[in-house]
Amino acid sequence: MDVTIRVQEADFSLADEYALLAGRPEVGAVVAFVGLVRDVPGRLAGMTLEHYPGMTEKQLGKIVAQAGERWPLSAVTVIHRVGELKLSDQIVLLLTASAHRDAAYAASQFIMDWLKNDAPFWKKETTGEGAAWVEAKDSDAKALARWQQGQ
Amino acid sequence: MAEMTVRVLYFARLRDVLRTSEEELALPEGATLADLVALLIARGGDWAAEFGGARVFRAAINQDMARLADVLPANAEVALFPPVTGG
Repeated sequence: MDVTIRVQEADFSLADEYALLAGRPEVGAVVAFVGLVRDVPGRLAGMTLEHYPGMTEKQLGKIVAQAGERWPLSAVTVIHRVGELKLSDQIVLLLTASAHRDAAYAASQFIMDWLKNDAPFWKKETTGEGAAWVEAKDSDAKALARWQQGQ
Repeated sequence: MAEMTVRVLYFARLRDVLRTSEEELALPEGATLADLVALLIARGGDWAAEFGGARVFRAAINQDMARLADVLPANAEVALFPPVTGG
């Protein structure tokens, strides 16, 4: 499995990244997920994405490796942006490539679910009312349960 | 018991509230993450509110997710942060 993981301020091109995976003879399916900055009540003026340099790449690598153990993947690309973003900007790109669609679909969901819980990124939203850190959507109890499981 | 030093990093909302991004703490050898957190709670104020109350926080030791019972290696890099919100 070929793995590409990048954390960067610059935008990314879905077409360019897709082209890198789609030309491989063994690849029969590529699933693409793109996360975008969406509006919030009060009107989003901007978003800042912070991360924990070093740990971010390490965690993403572990998550992708776990997916590679569960499904027969040819290649995985994860690109996550940090820094200043605005409404409708691209935040994250995930490409999962496999011989067949089932593995590519399943691995895509698996990686995003884990990324949402274990990759050290934090969003701060700015609206007309000021700036505020985004609260994790998991209920506190769920977050605690995961914590207790050591994940 | 001999002492060791660990480096503690704070991120995102926790860093803002505690007005601290990084510090070094001395702990007894063999101390756990829970021991470190107890030290922070003993400071009172925002520290007690963030680490000793109902608020959820998460922790990493040497850039791996950690649990309160985990023993801190000497010279560990410990990070404390709110639940993550990437993706």
